Formats: sequence, C-alpha cells, structure tokens
Amino acid sequence: MILENVLRKLGVVLMAAAVATVTAVGASAKVEGDTVYLGAAISLTGKYSTNGAHTRKGYDLAVEQINAAGGVTVDGVAYKLGIVYYDDESTPARGAQLAERLIQQDGVQFILGPYSSGLTRAMAPITEKYGIPMVEANGASISLFQEGYKYLFAVLSTTEQYLQGAVALAAETAGEGQTLRVGLAMENDPFSQDVRAGVIADAERLGMRIVIDDKLPPELNDMSATLAKVRALRPDLLVVSGHAKGAALAIRQIADSRIDIPMLALTHCDAAQVIEKFAEKAEFALCASQWAPGLSYSDELFGSARDFADLFEATFDYAPPYQSAESAAAVMVFADAFERAGSFDPAAVRDALAATDMMTFYGGINFDDAGRNIAKPMVLFQIQDGEYRVVYPSEASEAELRHPTPRWSER
Amino acid sequence: MFENLQLLIDYPSLGVDLIANGLMIGAIFALAAFGMALVWGVLGIINIAQGEFVMLGGFVALTAAGLGVPPLLTIPLAAIALFILGWSLYRLVIFRVVDRDLFVSLLATFGLSIILQQLSNEIFGADVRTLETGLGTMVLFDGQIVLAEIKLVSFVTALTVGLVLWAFLKRARLGQAIRATAQNARAARILGIDTDRVYAATYALNAALCGAAGSLVVMAWTIHPYIGLPYTVRSFLVVIVAGLGNIVAVITAGLGLGALENLAGFILGAEYQIAFVFVLMVILLVGRNFWLRRKREYLE
Repeated sequence: MILENVLRKLGVVLMAAAVATVTAVGASAKVEGDTVYLGAAISLTGKYSTNGAHTRKGYDLAVEQINAAGGVTVDGVAYKLGIVYYDDESTPARGAQLAERLIQQDGVQFILGPYSSGLTRAMAPITEKYGIPMVEANGASISLFQEGYKYLFAVLSTTEQYLQGAVALAAETAGEGQTLRVGLAMENDPFSQDVRAGVIADAERLGMRIVIDDKLPPELNDMSATLAKVRALRPDLLVVSGHAKGAALAIRQIADSRIDIPMLALTHCDAAQVIEKFAEKAEFALCASQWAPGLSYSDELFGSARDFADLFEATFDYAPPYQSAESAAAVMVFADAFERAGSFDPAAVRDALAATDMMTFYGGINFDDAGRNIAKPMVLFQIQDGEYRVVYPSEASEAELRHPTPRWSER
Repeated sequence: MFENLQLLIDYPSLGVDLIANGLMIGAIFALAAFGMALVWGVLGIINIAQGEFVMLGGFVALTAAGLGVPPLLTIPLAAIALFILGWSLYRLVIFRVVDRDLFVSLLATFGLSIILQQLSNEIFGADVRTLETGLGTMVLFDGQIVLAEIKLVSFVTALTVGLVLWAFLKRARLGQAIRATAQNARAARILGIDTDRVYAATYALNAALCGAAGSLVVMAWTIHPYIGLPYTVRSFLVVIVAGLGNIVAVITAGLGLGALENLAGFILGAEYQIAFVFVLMVILLVGRNFWLRRKREYLE
C-alpha cells in the first residue's frame, strides 16, 4: 500500500517535471541568449540530397551574411540568426514528423521550407496547425497555395509559370496566321503536371495546337516511345519537364536519335548540368529558371545578383544554382519581417510577412493573399555557345533568342 | 490511344523504328536477366539487388572514364569490379541465406539493394549522370530508322555475352559445376563439388553481368542511385517468361520485352509503360500457374 502510494506520488512528480521541462524548452529555445533560431528539415540524404545541399548552402550563406552585418534588430536589441537543421531523408512522412519535432520539442517558432513541393506539402499542415510561419523557397507547386494556408509564404514563382515564357517566345517567333504545334512530355508528378497545366493554358489562349501530350513515368529510364512521336508529328515546340533525369535523358536521346525540333524547352537544365555533360548537344535548348546571376536585381546585404553569385562561388567553389539563391532570399525575408514586426511573436511575424514588400538580389518579393510571391517573373535561358544566356523576359534579357534550332544534319 | 495507333498505321516505318530502339534496351534487360536466372536457378535466391548492381556498374564506368579509361573499355572493368563486389557480398551476406526460406533471402537482398542505393547516393551524389562515348548515330533508310551507335554496341555486347555464357556453362569446369549444383546441390557435394564456391562464383558472375549492363546503360542512357528498380523488375519479368535454365530464351524474352514495352509506351502513352510491364508480369505469373509443368527446372 505504502509502496503504491509512493510510486503514484513519484509518478505525479515525474510527470510534472516532464511537463515543466517541455514547457521550459518550448518557451526559451526560440531565442537563446542573443540568437533567434529558425528550423529547417531539408534533404541531406535520399534522392533530393543534391538539391537539399544547395538549399542548405543558400540558408547558411544568408545567415552568415546577416550575422556579419550585425544581425537583426528587434525592439532595439540586436539578435543573431541560427538554424536548427534536420535531415528529412527526402521522404514527406519524415518531413512532417520533423516539422512537429522542431515546433514541439525544439521550440522553434519560425520554419524555413524543405526542398521540393512534395515535402513542403507534407510540412505545411503542421506549421499551419501550430500557427508557425514558414517561408519556403523550394516548393513551387501551385496546389500548395490553393489550400488557404495563412502561415505559408513562398519566395519563388509558382509552377504554372515555369515554361509559359517558352510559349510566349514561340508565339513571338511565329509568322502571321501560323498555327503552332506543341508537344508535351511531362513527368507524372505534381510539379511537372502543374508546369503542363500552365503551358496548355497559355498555348490554347494563343491558338496553338497540342499534338503530343505524354506523361513520363517517375522511374523514367528511356524516352524513345515519346521521341518517336516527336519524329512523326514534328511539333514546333517541344516542352519537357521531369526533374534532372528528364532533362538529361531528353537531351541525350534527342541528340542520339537526331530529332529535329525548332524549339526545345526544359526544366531543371542546370540541375542536370546539361552544358557540362552534353556540350554542343545541349545548344539552343531553352531552360526555365527562377533566377540568374545576370539579372539586374540588387539589395544592401548581398549587392547585385552577380555579387551574390561571386560570393557563393568563393565560399562553396561552384556557381550558385537558383535553389541556393531562392533559399538565401527566404532567410532575408524572415530577417526583414522580424525587424518590421518588432517582436518574435509568431502571429506578429506572420502579419509582417504578409505585408512584405522588398527588393533583393533575387528579385522583388511581395506576397499575395495565398502566400505566393507575385513580384518576380520566371526567367528563361537559352544555351548559347556553351553558356546560359537569359532570353526571357525581354526586359531582363542578355541575348537574342536563336531560333529556329538548326537541323542536326546542318550542325 | 487511337490517334497513336492511327499514326502507327500511317507511318509503318515508325513501328520499325520503335521496335529497333526497343530491341536495344531489351538487350540490356536480357544482360541483367542472365545473372538473375543463374542466381535463382543455382542458389534459389531472387536477387532484389539486381538493379542496384546495374546502377553500380554505371558508376564504376563513370569513375573509370573520369580517370582516363576509354569509355568502351569500361565495360570489362565494370564487370571485374562488380565480380569482386558480388564475391564479397556473397561472403558477407548471401551465404547466410542460401538454403533458407525464400522470404529470408528476399529480405536480405532487399536490404542489400537499399544499402547499395544509399551508399552510392552518399559516394556519388544524387545527380543524374551520363557518359559520352564520342560514338555517332546511324541514319538508315533515308532517315526512317535512326540508331545511336552506342545502342548497337550494347546490343552486340549483350548477345556476345549471352553466347559466351552459354559456352561457359556447357564447356568450362566451373560452368559444369554450376549446372550440377543447380540440378542437385546435395548430390553435387557428394561428388566432390565445392558448392559453396560454386554459389559464390555464381553470385559474383551475376554481379559482373549486371556491371557490364550498367556501363552500357550509362553510355546509352542515364543513371542515378535510384534507377535500380526498373531493371530489377524487368529482369524478374524476363526470367519468369524464359525460365531459369535457358539462355537463348532469356535473350528472346529480353529483346521481346524491350520491343513490346516501347510499342506499348507509344500506343498507350509513356505513363502506362511500366504499368504495362507489371500487368504483363501478373498475366504471366497467373498463366504460368495454370500451365505449370510439374517438372524440375534445370540448367541445360
């Protein structure tokens, strides 16, 4: 009897202690000393590990730069930024779990997004549930912004805009009264299907005809069936989207099979490193990008887009992919919102985020009601003489579009 | 679907082109399937890590080419490297699960496949990679049929390897020992065959064949650490169709699968290509159950 009583009391005491610890951690961990912590679950292993690493480098570079410049000043006190990282192993379930962990156990109250739309989609309901703001830089799927989330903000252009520039360019080059024929080879995943929807909407608006509409399987290892259609139907514009493997396979097999396409537009060229891998086989291809070092944007922290690129290259020994640039911009957005909110209260920061209107080396940032950045257009590169040259939008372009792509027999 | 079919009727050369390209990738399926048939027949193990061996062969070829080895020479190099890896994996893992329940070996090789995937992701990165051979493209019949020369190389290599393998099993001492062990391991042991060595050699040979296939894949297509599964599934399908002991049947089934799959991808749409493979597999498994001859499979 006595033992039972003691045990029961001990249990109560232990439980109280546990609760006290959890709440203590929850209350103090978001700001430790002079450092405010952001949380990020990104793909350090698994199939997105390369892009996860690009994302992390972007975050780290921005944090370093902001801290070197004196950190963020909130309510007259200067704070440094810090990031709590976890590895989401490229799986959405793990990402959701880690979001929960960051918020519940680590007491982090501000989340930086993971890599990919799939993972962002897994984490968004969690941050929303706890009312924790998430600024994300790598989840472009339009469907993320149709859920009515109030705490989700994206600095990048959404998916449906990715290749609309190619459609616009194709329309510009077409002569009067010509009906352009468009071929689509898009991976059967949310990202590429959103890209597809954007292309189809624009193509139909401009009176083009869709002659091929293939959905590539995620475990894509050969495209010859689709390319046979291209050879037979000769579309004026072929649009391919299937992450790095789609871009690499498309360039490899179009060149190997000598298929003539007047205009080829792709996503993920730089992630697939098509210039390094295929050299002249990749010439003339158009590539969608969120950002380019040649753009004329600038800010006080990093300087111009070119300055960011130089700093990144000096730090990490390779040119920054756009994933790193947009990730750095996400950190800048948080820093800006903290200063304007004047506190680290998640709700106040959320409202400050919603009112964001700033210029960065990455482009303008201004969120609409759904949390999308509407101040920055997509960029389209063309591979010219072994280099990416911006050809769209025309006001930011560095080079003239080379059109049409010469036939293989004439190259 | 109907417009695709119509297209095929309007342009018959398109069908030939599709089949030709399908045969090329089918040859790779056959190459990966030889080893699966051997391992299944001799060790009684369905090697789920088959596609990962193919993937590793590709990375070995890439690494070798990076060190200055001419691309085509990476084919034997990848085979040798994978032979050594296969032997080591046998000594480390596989010998513990031979003669055990099928589930145990399935789990073991499934585990191996995940470990190999993650390790290569760690070592080589998740990027999509490809190797330039400098070979050109053949344009036949006034551009009706276009074939990359590297695909032709892989086709010829697969057929040659098949032939050599067949001769090896018939003539070489080790080949005969492999066949004997497949027929009756206990009897083979009584007659003085070191079956454990035969098992190790068979598993290593399988890895070597996959390695060669992988080096061809990286030259004609692309690889990344997660590309293994499609090759495992296809080798499995080829072995189900061809049976365990017949190399000619493996070649035929591999080529046939490649051609059929490419046609299906064209007619049904690329998104149904792998679905088609799975449906085919289910039909074949059910069909085989119906017509299963109650006869022991053996290596001829």
